[in-house]
Amino acid sequence: MNLFSKQNREVLSNPLNLDNPIMVQVLGICSALAVTSQLKPAIVMGLAVTIITAFSNVIISLIRNTIPNRIRIIVQLVVVAALVTIVSQILKAVAYDVSVQLSVYVGLIITNCILMGRLEAFAMTNKPWPSFLDGIGNGLGYAMILVIVGAVREFFGRGSLLGFKLIPQSFYDAGYMDNGMMSMPAMALILLGCVIWIHRSYFYKEDKK
Amino acid sequence: MSLRNYLDKIRPNFEEGGKLHAFKSVFDGFDTFLYVPNETSKSGVSIHDAIDSKRIMSIVVISLLPALLFGMYNIGYQNAVAAGKLADATCWGMFLYGLLALLPKILVSYIVGLGIEFAWAQWKGEEIQEGYLVSGILIPLIIPVTTPLWILVLAIAFAVIFTKEIFGGTGMNIFNVALAARAFLFFSYPSRMTGDSIWVASDSICGLGYTLPDGFTMATPLGQIAQGVDVNHSVCDMVLGLIPGSVGETSVIAIAIGAVILLWTNIASWKTMLSVFIGGTVMGLLFHSTGATPIQWYEHLVLGGFCFGAVFMATDPVTSSRTETGKWVYGFFIGAMAIIIRVLNPGYPEGMMLAILFGNMFAPLIDYCVVQSNISKRAKRAK
Repeated sequence: MNLFSKQNREVLSNPLNLDNPIMVQVLGICSALAVTSQLKPAIVMGLAVTIITAFSNVIISLIRNTIPNRIRIIVQLVVVAALVTIVSQILKAVAYDVSVQLSVYVGLIITNCILMGRLEAFAMTNKPWPSFLDGIGNGLGYAMILVIVGAVREFFGRGSLLGFKLIPQSFYDAGYMDNGMMSMPAMALILLGCVIWIHRSYFYKEDKK
Repeated sequence: MSLRNYLDKIRPNFEEGGKLHAFKSVFDGFDTFLYVPNETSKSGVSIHDAIDSKRIMSIVVISLLPALLFGMYNIGYQNAVAAGKLADATCWGMFLYGLLALLPKILVSYIVGLGIEFAWAQWKGEEIQEGYLVSGILIPLIIPVTTPLWILVLAIAFAVIFTKEIFGGTGMNIFNVALAARAFLFFSYPSRMTGDSIWVASDSICGLGYTLPDGFTMATPLGQIAQGVDVNHSVCDMVLGLIPGSVGETSVIAIAIGAVILLWTNIASWKTMLSVFIGGTVMGLLFHSTGATPIQWYEHLVLGGFCFGAVFMATDPVTSSRTETGKWVYGFFIGAMAIIIRVLNPGYPEGMMLAILFGNMFAPLIDYCVVQSNISKRAKRAK
């Protein structure tokens, strides 16, 4: 069995671009708006979702033939909830500041549509390895957008990236001001719209008449 | 009519196959601005009317002139009062000072806004839409005089692109473009839009006006009320408009002249205008009788942006309700909401902008309800 056959590579790379969970499927918007006011929580959130999606995909894929069809959602939720709890505890132990910033949104990964979507659409019908790749791909596709939006918001909203001041003090003395709206979720939604807009105008030729 | 002849002469260059065909929309824009075109618009709200939307826009701009001119005078007046040299200042000196203070903002507003509109029209290959004509003069009128130009540029770009162009251009926008620009400034740079230190121009320009010391503050009457301080302006000053505030909003008399022009030419709806004032009056009386606000209802109506919003913003035919019953509901909603925000939210001394944006959002719903209720009423009658 070829681990990186063409099919498997597509499973991994499609969600990064043409099948991106945020830009194309428009899933997981709620957390994308809430955690992207700075870059650091956006990166951590993206990684957390990537790990949880990958491993819950693997676990569900392993037991997919034993799950009774009627209660599959509950089983999926239990698996996801267990993983989320583990990740959230690890975050609290390792990076307490970030976990405080992310607050309830780590716990809310349980209800993230991307996870449930991948479990239902992919892991339930595929073998563990492709499921793992699918989870990684979707998680990274989500993380990518979070990082883009988070970087823009932190740069214009606070003049810094990852907490390092990038805009020199002389700019502020000359009258430059940080944009307060960038730290509001409303602006995140507009930025997300712009990202989707740019993506579509590049990759969706059939939209054009 | 030599200009007409000149335009006709160069027209072939812009037609299909001409050298400058790429700039056809720019040419058409100027041509129809200068002369009444033979065609009326084919899309948007102006299809309801026989006159070209550029004429409507021009009349609205004319009706804004009293507020604009008085705003200029008031900039100089406030500067002189703040410097304590009112006795030395001449009427013309104060007006010229205000003109010089406001002119860069008007120019920036038109250059940026029309630039985006022209670029967008060229890019999409559409006719240039002239909706920015009014927004361009409204925006400098609803901001404090000390607003830095670069954030004005950002706000205008944001408003034109995100509240107008992406919805389909003039006549398609859900929210009032000028208010969206103000809302952007309000939420992005709150330190330049609210507070006590921004309402008076503090530098002398070309030898006119007076340079004020750093950290000079003067609160607007509404700001004083929000802080629980007694208002030190007389009602007469409030009506005349000799109070600090956004450039065009202070004078009730200048706005009233504009309102008369708008109503006389039938461009604004008197129902919307009247019901905004009714809404404000009712809430003002209610809050004053319960003791929630220290000032009388009529002071609420003449202070801040209430009159300006009611006359020029709420009646915007694109973003307001279209149905006749809907106009009453829409206006009342805005007037009531403005006073509610002022009185109940200590963070926002002024609520007119948010109230109108809120009203804009509900206008389609109001229309829908009115139309549906009319349909069901008629259906019942038919049975």
